[in-house]
Amino acid sequence: MNASELKKGESAKITLVEYSDLQNKLIEMGCFEGNAIKLLHVAPLGDPIAFDINGYILGLRKEEAKLIHVSLN
Amino acid sequence: MSHSSKHIVLVGNPNSGKTTLFNALTGMNQKISNLPGTTIEKKAGHFKYKELVFEITDLPGTYSIHPKGQDEIISIEYLLRTGDHPIDLIVFVADAGNLSRNLLLYTQVADLGYPVVLALNMTDLARKKGIETDIEKLSAELGVIVCPINARSEEGIGPLKDALIKVENPFQTTFFEQENKSSEIFVNYRNYLDEHLSAVKSGDTENIEKNSKVIADETIARYKKIDAIIHKVVNKDKYPKKILTEKIDKILLHPVYGFIAFYATLFIIFQFIFKLADYPMQWIEAVFAFCSETVKTLMPENAFSSLLADGIIPGIGGVIVFLPQIIILFALIAILEDSGYMTRVSFITDRLMRKFGLNGKSVVPLIGGMACAIPSIMATRNIENRKDRLITILVTPLMSCSARLPVYTLLVSLMIVNDHSRWVDARGLILLGLYLMGFVAALVFAFIFKLVLKQKQKSYFVLELPDYRKPRLKNIFLTVKEKASDFVFNAGKIIVIVSIILWFLASYAPGNSFETIDNKYSTYTGADKSLLIQSEKLESSYAGRLGKVIEPVIRPLGYDWKIGIALITSFAAREVFVGTIATIYSVGDSEDEETLTAVLSRQKRAGTNEDLYALPTIVSLLIFYAFAMQCFSTLAITYRETGSIKWPVVQFLYMSGFAYLMSLLAFTILS
Repeated sequence: MNASELKKGESAKITLVEYSDLQNKLIEMGCFEGNAIKLLHVAPLGDPIAFDINGYILGLRKEEAKLIHVSLN
Repeated sequence: MSHSSKHIVLVGNPNSGKTTLFNALTGMNQKISNLPGTTIEKKAGHFKYKELVFEITDLPGTYSIHPKGQDEIISIEYLLRTGDHPIDLIVFVADAGNLSRNLLLYTQVADLGYPVVLALNMTDLARKKGIETDIEKLSAELGVIVCPINARSEEGIGPLKDALIKVENPFQTTFFEQENKSSEIFVNYRNYLDEHLSAVKSGDTENIEKNSKVIADETIARYKKIDAIIHKVVNKDKYPKKILTEKIDKILLHPVYGFIAFYATLFIIFQFIFKLADYPMQWIEAVFAFCSETVKTLMPENAFSSLLADGIIPGIGGVIVFLPQIIILFALIAILEDSGYMTRVSFITDRLMRKFGLNGKSVVPLIGGMACAIPSIMATRNIENRKDRLITILVTPLMSCSARLPVYTLLVSLMIVNDHSRWVDARGLILLGLYLMGFVAALVFAFIFKLVLKQKQKSYFVLELPDYRKPRLKNIFLTVKEKASDFVFNAGKIIVIVSIILWFLASYAPGNSFETIDNKYSTYTGADKSLLIQSEKLESSYAGRLGKVIEPVIRPLGYDWKIGIALITSFAAREVFVGTIATIYSVGDSEDEETLTAVLSRQKRAGTNEDLYALPTIVSLLIFYAFAMQCFSTLAITYRETGSIKWPVVQFLYMSGFAYLMSLLAFTILS
């Protein structure tokens, strides 16, 4: 499962961030294995979506959230 | 560096409150200047504390020492290649509510070997979130002086200043270097970072990719070590209270209310610009009309008094009068930025913007473009994707900037007489329409560029949504002061010069043309004698001749040679249009105290009894000013930010060509 499939308010643990141009950016923003992630908001047009990562809000496009593999707690 | 002066650099993540701290430390003593040897701007200031002078440089916020966007490149380059202005001390600003991510950059900067003081900001907000940091423990774990501060309320600034003095001999240890000495990159960390920076700057994807695995491993290893420290020093509530930000976002990011809030914000901005600015504008207009009149009555009639009363004073007045609107617009944009709402606007519009080859992050430059394209084009630096950024730069000048506002205001008020009794200002609605027109054109051209330009890098949108905060008056005041004075002084300089040139061109003619006219009317006795002479003189003046040269080109758009003169001078800056028109019509007009609108509405098309400023011409002019590229400063900034002469040329041609066609279309249809 990946982070774009989370439901609003649902929390999960990150298991893997796929290799891509964006991998480093996501890791630097705190998306890496073992960290908690929670879907907070969905933009009015359905995309992008915003997550709680370590206490701050990070907005990502769905396409980018798909790179973040998660497992439900 | 002498002992009496220290060079301090502020480093930190975006949204860490860096600029608020900068404002708290320097107050009014700040200015924007170019980095030595480059055209890149930096924000610098200074303050004195206990006999020491501190020079402070505020770098753009960055998330990591491995730069992605232009903003980050600027900051990292400054840290790595200090040149002739060495850094004595770094003040690292970290958000206490988000320590883990903030410390990532801290550890990277500390490993560069600079003395650092860690300013732990927003401790009050963190406490509200249930986050408590043990300052002493954190200091011991990191081996650095830690100062808890609240930059907004200016708490802890005194102790921070004391710390700046104390850190003569840094006692902090590098974070990662020691235990990883054997690893390849840490043998020479600076060199390695420098090479990576060069690769990013030149778009060398091969080397970036080669480094990417190393960077990923290093970053995760840093995070592991940081999180172990945080575990020891930070006490987090198991069940944090829902903070205000989340509640507000429930409304502002809501599918329905979110868009209502967005449009309401835009609506309020436009109503403010017209309603609130109306009165100070009337006063300013009156003051300048009075000045011109006074000069004429008090000074002997000669070339100098004429230059002053007919050239310089109306020219400057025509610009100063729009200062209230510009201040209001910049203040509102600063409030939106400072409160954290601007990033939400990016968030809710990204989906839409993406379709047009833009990015949610393009929205801030586009909205800023309503104030001025120049800072807005610079604000594209946080768009990491090169193509998204280029497209944003190319279309931002289509947004109606504050320099067009004077032109719009003048033309719209010729169209509609204001009625103060109505709650909604009709002129405000027309203005909103003009701004929308610019916005739609920006989207359409962005889409065209998206199809035409080649894409190398994938577009992405990774955006932190900071907590909402009450906008700080000081931050807003300083932003407005900076932008407004920049507008007045930079534009003002051009305008005074243009006014003088114009006055000359309109007051002198080649050869003895003026004498010929005087002789022609010497026997004429009609009551309109002086008016006829003046009008013929203007026509035969240098300005009149210049306008006539371009008249064949602009006649299809409904303009005469007088408007032609104004079009030419507008290429210095759009708002010069108003000053030019003021100069052209007050030269050869005895009733100076009249406001411009009244004078203009009396003008007839040459040789007919038809009003010159009738609907078709006004609409055609409005459209021309909305779309045409008439700002040399913008072209210069596009050249600087894209590093290629190709893009300003493209920008000039597509905008002006489109403007001509649309004005032609409008005039043809309406007349």
